[in-house]
Amino acid sequence: MATATGQDTSFQNLILTLQRYWADYGCTLLQPYDIEMGAGTFHPATTLRALGPKPWNAAYVQPSRRPTDGRYGTNPNRFQHYYQFQVILKPSPENIQELYLNSLYALGIDPKKHDIRFVEDDWESPTLGAWGLGWEVWCDGMEVSQFTYFQQVGGFDCSPVAGELTYGLERLAMYIQGVDDGYELNFNGKEGDEKVTYGDVFKQNEFEYSHYNFNAANTDILFQHFKDAESECMSLLENDPPLAMPAYDQCIKASHNFNLLDARGVISVTERQAYIGRVRTLAKACCAAWLKTPASGAVSEEGAE
Amino acid sequence: MAELLLELFSEEIPARMQAKAAADLQKLVTEALASNDVFGEAAKAFVTPRRLTLCITGLPVAQADRKEERKGPRVGAPEKALAGFLKSTGLTIEQCEQREDKKGSFYVAVMEKKGQPLPDLIAQIVPKVIRNFPWAKSMRWGNGTLRWVRPLQSILCVFDGEVVPFDVDGIVSGDTSKGHRFLAPESFSVRSFEDYEEKLSAHRVMLDAEDRAQHIWADAQSLAQAQGLELINDQALLKEVSGLIEWPTVFMGKIDDEFMSVPQEVLTSTMRANQKYFALRDPKTGALAPRFIVVSNIDPDDAGAAVINGNERVLRARFSDARFLWDEDKKNRLEDYLPKLEKVVFHAKLGTVAEKTTRISTLAGALAQITGADKALAEQAGALCKADLVSGMVFEFPELQGLMGQYYAKNDGLDVQVADAIAQHYQPQGPSDDVPTGGVALAVSLADKLDTLIGFWSIDEKPTGSKDPYALRRAALGIIRMILEGNLRAPLLDVFAKAGGAVPENENLLSFFGDRLKVHLRDKGTRHDLVDAVFALGGQDDLVLIVKRVEALSSFLDTDDGKNLLAGYKRAINILRAEEKKDGTAYQGTADASLFEDEAERALFAQIEEASREAGTAVGTEDFAAAMSALAKLRAPVDRFFEDVVVNAEDAGVRKNRLLLLSQIRSALGQVANFSKVEG
Repeated sequence: MATATGQDTSFQNLILTLQRYWADYGCTLLQPYDIEMGAGTFHPATTLRALGPKPWNAAYVQPSRRPTDGRYGTNPNRFQHYYQFQVILKPSPENIQELYLNSLYALGIDPKKHDIRFVEDDWESPTLGAWGLGWEVWCDGMEVSQFTYFQQVGGFDCSPVAGELTYGLERLAMYIQGVDDGYELNFNGKEGDEKVTYGDVFKQNEFEYSHYNFNAANTDILFQHFKDAESECMSLLENDPPLAMPAYDQCIKASHNFNLLDARGVISVTERQAYIGRVRTLAKACCAAWLKTPASGAVSEEGAE
Repeated sequence: MAELLLELFSEEIPARMQAKAAADLQKLVTEALASNDVFGEAAKAFVTPRRLTLCITGLPVAQADRKEERKGPRVGAPEKALAGFLKSTGLTIEQCEQREDKKGSFYVAVMEKKGQPLPDLIAQIVPKVIRNFPWAKSMRWGNGTLRWVRPLQSILCVFDGEVVPFDVDGIVSGDTSKGHRFLAPESFSVRSFEDYEEKLSAHRVMLDAEDRAQHIWADAQSLAQAQGLELINDQALLKEVSGLIEWPTVFMGKIDDEFMSVPQEVLTSTMRANQKYFALRDPKTGALAPRFIVVSNIDPDDAGAAVINGNERVLRARFSDARFLWDEDKKNRLEDYLPKLEKVVFHAKLGTVAEKTTRISTLAGALAQITGADKALAEQAGALCKADLVSGMVFEFPELQGLMGQYYAKNDGLDVQVADAIAQHYQPQGPSDDVPTGGVALAVSLADKLDTLIGFWSIDEKPTGSKDPYALRRAALGIIRMILEGNLRAPLLDVFAKAGGAVPENENLLSFFGDRLKVHLRDKGTRHDLVDAVFALGGQDDLVLIVKRVEALSSFLDTDDGKNLLAGYKRAINILRAEEKKDGTAYQGTADASLFEDEAERALFAQIEEASREAGTAVGTEDFAAAMSALAKLRAPVDRFFEDVVVNAEDAGVRKNRLLLLSQIRSALGQVANFSKVEG
């Protein structure tokens, strides 16, 4: 799998190229967070590290789960599980747009042939109490990335402001490989018998999880998990010392349980707002606790003692 | 005379904010200059996705010298007061003038103020404008505290060929700008607007949004014509697209035929909202053509092959998702969605959408006779009118509500009137939107809006001032228009009762309708006082009748007879009111013919009897024009009465009788309207 210029356009090489590019820029390369989440933003390396005065540049892949996007493996463009490549740069550098565009060039996208556009798209996460302004980035009409200047997270002002770049890896790969069916993406860059497609890896997964998300997940258990995560989160924050990071794990879990319940269609419109509000309360409390840790840089080492 | 050129260069400004931003920049800078007595000959602002530009020509190079006067203490005031005044003005007592007013003489400091050089003034004004710019939404970036719509990267500020130096949060003004992001990214310096425009053009930036729009439209049309197609006019989209590019190049792409079976509205909705594509149609059939127009921001060296290919693929993906939803939705019958509506809350205090549709169904059935609909069909359409809200397609494309329901109803083989009612029941969406056609659609639309109004009135959520979050005024206006345009005889209080409204709220709601009716008729050029005159009759809740009365009244008052009769009426009323007040009693009744002394009285009396009878009959048959003509006969006898007869006769009996005669004029005219509310 290669472009005219001989570049390997496989799904995995796309990730490797982005990792190389951002590592060369000076980002700390992290690994995916080991809890189910809806988007790379939920990774504590973004949510928590966007707060506080310390500079922070990091990049990582995050598997993301959006239960309502399940299509039983029948839709070539929608998956309930997909990958995001996330870059967080704090403070946002002056040339952040150029840095981003250069990463696209590194992937072999020629801006004189392809129409790249920054189209208004303000970002808001009611569950995280977070918002920012920015764009979705279009390449020939396809949204390939989200670009956000974080203004608030967990209800706290971000100062300095972090710039967040989120690449939708499947879409980007489909675009670069020129395939219309995501399941036909070349995953490993080999041909013939050795070729592994995205479908080989994930099609059964999509089929089964769609059933799970929409039909099979036991809602009584999910409701219970939600409550458990909520109470565990609060008690960890009340612990001495307060445990911001384990508490935040519970917040992520509560959020994902809510998403599953939503997909199961058991949360009414009015209840929906209430559930989102409950997760937001957790997120805010975790962010507040994080800002009291020395790692956040918002308090001095001694002050934290 | 000199020129100011200002460019605020930033990361991409949202398209929808651009026009206002340009207007604001022009307004704020020119106003700030004006408040310093500086005026240019002409100002013009421009905007592209990356720059806000202002050019003001014909400016003076310096502010004019000014005399400033300040009034000081009185002559002979305490030493301290005088010293303070002199200190604050920097003058000596000899330099102050003395002037006189009524209370004596006082000091006046006349200070010569040297006008500032314009660059100094500009350097004060522009940073303030930037810091206080009225963006609807703004943000911080990096380590800074400055707020702008997106990061502000550079400021070009040139006056009379020279840089105006200032600094806003570390951004130092200069004379350089940059070209198109991809086509000519280099920076260049400029001396004047002419130079700027020329260099921008050479650097592949069309500064004027209007130019970009015209360019796009002309190219799109020639591409369409070459294929024998017609571009579907969409000025709002054109404006938006012009705000997304600095150098437009227009291409045409193809839509796979396999998608053309999906409802056209779904296709155009996706193309427009998600992709910003223009749609085309076949001029012969009017059907959507399997082509689209995309505007790109680059001028690719492969003649657009990659851009077209990429956009076609994106559209294919979008359309295949839409077709998936369409196919999935069609597997259900509309009624299968109803249980899901039980989970959709309409309003916390007013229950679920399922409950609302049950009420709509019953009410639509009850209104069927009025709108000339089949009762069972009206009930069915009412029950199903919101079902599509929980379909996959409407979840994805909310703007297709109603329309998808119509498609699904047809797919279910339901009566076409039911399908049309589902599509049309949201209408009219505004004053220029059409009202639904057909009895079933009218019944459902009326029922939906009435239920909404009765509901919000019952929980006391009425519109106040400019606040009308549930668009209740629009709902009432919609009902008014449906009743009037459909000539529906639907007395509102009866209708409110059918919709389950309680009596006191219904009265209040009726007066709300009265106000909306006035606004509606005023927009059509009808005098509001005439509407008042009809409402003042009391018990008026039949909109069709009200309007008939108002129209008859209006044309009557346009005639000489009408104007004169009104004058006579007013004279009668004024006398009556004054005498009633004096006597502490109301005069109401029939005069006694035996007490008449003057021929004019007798003539008037006879004519009132006749005109009243005729008018009464005409009102009974709702022929208000005839009623007016009957009353017009009163004009001559009324005029003669006031010429020949003195109402306040010496004889108390005669006087009272004449007052009663006047009250008969009031009653006679009162059959069609309360003329005392008519102005003039």
